Amino acid sequence: MNKLIIVIICLFSFACFSQEKKSKSEKTSIYVSGNCEHCQMRITKTALSQKGVKYATWDIPSNQLTLIYNARKVDLLDIQKAIAASGHDTDKFKASNQVYEELPGCCKYDRQAEEK
Amino acid sequence: MKYSYLFLFLSLSLNVTAQNVFEGQVHFFDDNKNKQPLEGATVYWDNSSIGTVTDKSGKFSLPVSEKFKILVISYLGFDTLKQHIHNYDNQQFLLTSNTDEQLDEVVVSKQKKTIQKSYFEAQNIVTVNSAELLKAACCNLSESFETNPSIDVNFSDALTGTKQIKMLGLSSPYLLITEENIPMIRGASQAYGLTFTPGTWVESIQITKGTGSVVNGFESMAGQINAEIHKPLSQPTLFVNVYSSVDGRNELNTHFTQKISDKWSTALFVHGNQRTQKNDKNNDNFSDNPLSKQINLLNRWQYIDAEKGWVGFANIRYMDDHKQLGSLNFDPSIHKNSQLFWGSEIDTRRWDSSLKIGYVFPELPYQSLGLQMSYSQHDQQSYFGLNTYDINHQSFYASFLFNSIIGSVKSKFKAGVNFMHDTYDEQVVLDSYKRTDYSLGGYFEYSYDNLDNFSLVAGIRADSHNTLGVFLTPRLHARYVVAEKNIFRGSVGSGRRIANIFAENQPLFATSRTININSQSDGVFGLNSEKSWNYGLSYRRIFNLFSRPGDLTVDYYETHFQNQVVVDWDNYREISFYNLDGKSYSKSFQVSLDYELWNNLDLRLAYKNYDVKTQYNDSFKQRPLLAKNRLFGNLSYETYPNDNNALWRFDTTYHQVGKQRLPNTVIYNNEFSDSFSLWNAQITRVFSNRFEIYVGGENLGNYRQPQAIIDSDNPFGPNFDSSIVYGPIFGRKLYAGLRYTIL
Repeated sequence: MNKLIIVIICLFSFACFSQEKKSKSEKTSIYVSGNCEHCQMRITKTALSQKGVKYATWDIPSNQLTLIYNARKVDLLDIQKAIAASGHDTDKFKASNQVYEELPGCCKYDRQAEEK
Repeated sequence: MKYSYLFLFLSLSLNVTAQNVFEGQVHFFDDNKNKQPLEGATVYWDNSSIGTVTDKSGKFSLPVSEKFKILVISYLGFDTLKQHIHNYDNQQFLLTSNTDEQLDEVVVSKQKKTIQKSYFEAQNIVTVNSAELLKAACCNLSESFETNPSIDVNFSDALTGTKQIKMLGLSSPYLLITEENIPMIRGASQAYGLTFTPGTWVESIQITKGTGSVVNGFESMAGQINAEIHKPLSQPTLFVNVYSSVDGRNELNTHFTQKISDKWSTALFVHGNQRTQKNDKNNDNFSDNPLSKQINLLNRWQYIDAEKGWVGFANIRYMDDHKQLGSLNFDPSIHKNSQLFWGSEIDTRRWDSSLKIGYVFPELPYQSLGLQMSYSQHDQQSYFGLNTYDINHQSFYASFLFNSIIGSVKSKFKAGVNFMHDTYDEQVVLDSYKRTDYSLGGYFEYSYDNLDNFSLVAGIRADSHNTLGVFLTPRLHARYVVAEKNIFRGSVGSGRRIANIFAENQPLFATSRTININSQSDGVFGLNSEKSWNYGLSYRRIFNLFSRPGDLTVDYYETHFQNQVVVDWDNYREISFYNLDGKSYSKSFQVSLDYELWNNLDLRLAYKNYDVKTQYNDSFKQRPLLAKNRLFGNLSYETYPNDNNALWRFDTTYHQVGKQRLPNTVIYNNEFSDSFSLWNAQITRVFSNRFEIYVGGENLGNYRQPQAIIDSDNPFGPNFDSSIVYGPIFGRKLYAGLRYTIL
């Protein structure tokens, strides 16, 4: 039974690789503003709570969010929108001032620099 | 992480060949103020999703666009560089290190805890790292737990000097002890196996309370202990450890490591120990600890190809151990098989080999495959007075594991199969026993983590075993966090095993007891296999008191046996094995407190209470030789390192062991042992990263169990018994040693 599951999953993952566009496992990396481990928790949690997002890690020094998501189920813009709504600016969307103000102290990333 | 950017860049670069490309090179100054290229630095356009990492020569190239003006270069340990780019000519960048400041910060504010309790995991896991292991300088895995309140270290008998471990009130046969997740201390090695892994080889130990994961089999009933051995890739080129103690024990450990290529590295671990001096501090004409000699060799090969996602380990190991124990006048060449002097020799030879291969899908970092295979051969030949005991155990183990996700990394699963094949050949006095056990099992373990306050691990395995039949083993662990500081955990799970009655109770041979097996079924030795359920609750509170961090943990676990092989020592003329007919349980309660009293001064306190009762033939009573109450304290202090990394380390451990029920013998009749305390201390002087020396003492209070051997004057008479041991035989023991490392 378990073997069967493995075989099926393996087949699925090969099928993923063979897709050219609208991949089931689209991999990308975007810039998300933030500072600390609390931001890391919030950003990855927000990303992963979007349907279709399979994998999300946010690197503190580079502020890069690496995502693997099912492009048929979710659009990268929607993921970015959700992250912005949680308080973190992305390259496409800015968090509202109100949400930004509610972030804990360590997460008050420098917004001045972003607007340069 | 690094490769995900690379991947991103590769995919981008295919699309942007027609565009302009901005190229540059990143450098840093090394310790000798030489300019060096910086590999692996992250380079990206600010506010964009376009980034890359620098190659070996520090070079990178990025597609350009009108929109992107600010370039960001970052690397851990360096100040992040943000620079406005005006023209796209090839440019040079220099990162400045911020490590000096950072190191200071780390040292002052946060030192890595040497014992870490799990926070995110659903299971109740305590991780002991190598710095903690150094606190008990001697000698092997059995002693590695002396500074840890989760495990109790006991003495197994009055002659062999072997220590036995207990967890949640149950002895090591009820724990699954693995080495790098391969079942290790089981079957024939149950009695002395922990002394066959030198302490310096161990990188870290993970202790799971409760039945633990289903991945490594069905045999864990009260807990799992996994020891990780040092990996060739992260080992210094040479490590030497010399140890000597006043009881005449000398140890030498040398580790050699060689990096063969980018992908291959190998290490050779050589261990030797011997005790050439007979000690008799309690004047019973028997050696307090054995004469011994051990050679132990391990060769490891490690393969890693991070880009393609392959990792592998191959290990081969050989161990030869000789012990001689008994009367001071015993000379094996003359007195073996005679009744002039009582003596014993235990010779063990063991081969181990294992192979591990892992593959992480480079595009899907959450998905991996693993294969483990191991083969071991354990051969023990021994006699205890006139009792012969030989055991040969060959074991083959194979396991295949697949890890992936369901939907997202919040829901993960592990699925796999394992196969185990064991052959035993035992010669017990005049009887011989042969048997083969084999089992094939499949498992599925699901874990869920909401990345916040709740996680769960639910596993089930189905096994088909030649004597246990077909059965299911379910196990569940859950964690719930309230306000980031209160961690609640619960677990429930079952376990099964076959009792290897002779291998696990070898002290019986050094007695005049007759062996009585009350065969009632057609199982192994005519006894039923053992089956139990374990459930437990744990609460951990992380707090700050007087602005210093602390940690309070309360654990309560119960193990209930449906079937058990009862080992009855209460008739002093015999030892009986029979099937449990009634109740048998172990209830354990533990409170432990960790608190930083002052900078670098750490206190660890624990109180443990065990209620372990079994239905014996005559009555329902407490299991013998187990202290109902135990107190534990550990205080450690480390000075700040100076410029050469020189420092002092002080460590002291206190155990208060409560009274223990003693089996009825000629001298004990429904009695309890005295409560006693043990005091250990150690001072280490680190001169540099390369060299350190240590001195220490065990049992500084010099407590000795009176009359450890019953009727030692008449070892061939009917009352002789060396198995009723509840405390140390040898009093105060002082030792000294050194460690030398070439990085």
